[in-house]
Amino acid sequence: MKFRTFASFVGPSVFLMLLFIAFPLVSVFTQSFQLTQPVMTTVEVETCTPGFLTQTCTTETKTVPKLTATGGVETTTTWVGFRSYQNVLQMDKVWSAVGAGRLGDILQIDFWKALRFTLTFTLITLPLVLIVGMGIALAVNNAAASLKGQIIFISLLPFIITPVIGALSIRWLFIGDGILTVALENLLERDIAMFAQGWTIEILMLFYRVWHVAPFAFVIFYAGLQTVNQDTLESAIIDGASRWERLRFVVIPHLMPLIIFISLIHLMDSYRVFEEIVGFTSQAHVISLQWLTYDFLQPDDSGNRAIGRASASAMLTMIGIVILLVPLLRRTWRDHRGSN
Amino acid sequence: MMMTRLVAAGAISLLGTGAFAECAFENTVPLKSLSAGFEAWKSVTDAMAECGNFTAELDQEFRTKQPAAFEANPSLYQIGGVSNGTFTPLLNAGTIRPLDDLVEKYGGGLAPNQLIRVDGKIMAIAMMVNTQHLMYREDVLADLGIETPTTYDAVLAAAEKIKEAGVVEYPVGATMKSGWNIAQDFNNMFLGYGGTFVNADNTPAVNTEAGLQALETMKALTVYMDPEYLVSDSTYVQQQFQQGKIAMANLWSSRAGAMDDPAESTVVGKVKMGMAPLAVDGGTPATTLWWDGMVIAKNITDEEAEAAFQLIMEGMDEDMVTAANDQAIWLIGGYVPGDVAQGVVATATHDPAPLAYPSTTQMGLMHTALGNELPAFFTGERDAAATLEAVEAAYTTAAKEAGIL
Repeated sequence: MKFRTFASFVGPSVFLMLLFIAFPLVSVFTQSFQLTQPVMTTVEVETCTPGFLTQTCTTETKTVPKLTATGGVETTTTWVGFRSYQNVLQMDKVWSAVGAGRLGDILQIDFWKALRFTLTFTLITLPLVLIVGMGIALAVNNAAASLKGQIIFISLLPFIITPVIGALSIRWLFIGDGILTVALENLLERDIAMFAQGWTIEILMLFYRVWHVAPFAFVIFYAGLQTVNQDTLESAIIDGASRWERLRFVVIPHLMPLIIFISLIHLMDSYRVFEEIVGFTSQAHVISLQWLTYDFLQPDDSGNRAIGRASASAMLTMIGIVILLVPLLRRTWRDHRGSN
Repeated sequence: MMMTRLVAAGAISLLGTGAFAECAFENTVPLKSLSAGFEAWKSVTDAMAECGNFTAELDQEFRTKQPAAFEANPSLYQIGGVSNGTFTPLLNAGTIRPLDDLVEKYGGGLAPNQLIRVDGKIMAIAMMVNTQHLMYREDVLADLGIETPTTYDAVLAAAEKIKEAGVVEYPVGATMKSGWNIAQDFNNMFLGYGGTFVNADNTPAVNTEAGLQALETMKALTVYMDPEYLVSDSTYVQQQFQQGKIAMANLWSSRAGAMDDPAESTVVGKVKMGMAPLAVDGGTPATTLWWDGMVIAKNITDEEAEAAFQLIMEGMDEDMVTAANDQAIWLIGGYVPGDVAQGVVATATHDPAPLAYPSTTQMGLMHTALGNELPAFFTGERDAAATLEAVEAAYTTAAKEAGIL
């Protein structure tokens, strides 16, 4: 292909990727080393509030931001090096916890608490999604032709639901005296509060994510199953291979690239777990890295946003994803080189 | 209540003069407001809507939306509903306008204590006061021969008796949802024990005896609560009362009216209001005083501001108060304190009186730090001292970033 043709095809996509991915990334990277803060002044202010029945006026010194002539808040931006990262990671506390031999204390720091959950969540849902997805695909593949359409439609439903809505509906089934909690209470004849402790909420979240994402794996695997070489399967049957052996030695090796593809996508997606935290209002017990970034970005009760810490936490999240993906990417790279 | 309002609405539409029947002027400028979502706001914004061209957004997430929405130019909302907590970010960012000339022109009917002045300028118009105080099931307490508790020791003793009797599912309810609510619950208790949040040099001061006692009392109360208390906000507690699941709670007076709403409540007439309990004898009631009111955005035209102010006056008139007398402790003329106001009256007139929630930047930062760090104490991950230490650390980090330390 001529370079001009190639460039005119690829150009728009490269431009959009620069605009929407590369530049924001550079900007976040820069901001993680900066601190923008309002210029504060101390003023003596008389404030009058209703009190009760009569007005009460108090004069006090207040620290308030300086306003510019145009009405905005005057801010200054300074380079602070790794201070935002330090504020997120709190390594001094980590080392002192390690030094004192109380490793559990590390999990009281927001970032490490979030990392613990994010990793558990990612690594537990991955095999479950693969197994459940493969299970449904095999079941549909072996189902009678007249039922296939209906089964596919029903299996895809969870994937169609908006994530937050799905999380909320599961929450409402279980929270307080939700119908499923009451049903469980009747079944087990004991009082159950699903939202009173962390581990039950985590189980609900894992269940929800597997339920939501398994159809994606199913669709991909089902497509892959259609391309399995029938001759190889038949010769395996003639050789006396059982159903399990055929799956183990013929089907799975054939689907391996797809398994890696789904794993890559799932790792990237679930490391950014967020909807579950919001949907299940689990902040008191369980938080994730993506939620932590969001929380830094939310204005606090004095109107400040911790942009520096949010940027640092976003960069750390990205680094985490890259580390998780390395083994899989290396494998794909090896296969790629091998096939050439 | 609902029924009379429906009938009234129906009657107005039958008059044929349309939506402007009860309004002194016809509003021609399109206006929008953003405020909290409890009953009183509904009544006021409904009264404002009668003038036409007005849409009200009642949203419990207004706290996070408001600063950004008012910073836009032009502002996304002309009118904002605020309290002394949510007032701070708007005031700090300079996104609301002084109302002195508008008050002079249209505000003849306002009582002097409705004018919220900052540095001599009127920045907001207050409509009601609000406070968290004791709500209790009078029938349950009377049956068990318990006197209305006025201290937290008495509350705990009463809770134990109610638990033993097993008449309700959980003796106590509390607004302890992680985040803003649990922090406010702590604030109440902390002030009740005589604490101060920050030192004169803006360094934190919650890791003190008062802080430890506050956490201890809160923890003692949780024994008598629904174990899912870390997700329970004001609406959740209100519903627990309405469904007869709890017998006592330190709840917002703005929720009192809902207890007697026959459409929602199964305990009409049984919930009474008392003074916010004392944490220590001779101290202040463990609560804070709040006001709710309205502000007008800076980034709008003067014409819009003028229309907005007239609309506010229309919403805060006597007709509205007469129709919604028991929904709040109104500061507006024509308000007759009824039964549901007794708790607020007892709380506010107690000697020494509780403090008003401080509208300061430091308090805003402290509130957020408390909301993020306190849950770990209640889930058992941290002990009280370590939790308060974490609160102070979180406050210090945020205060340094905000430039006040």
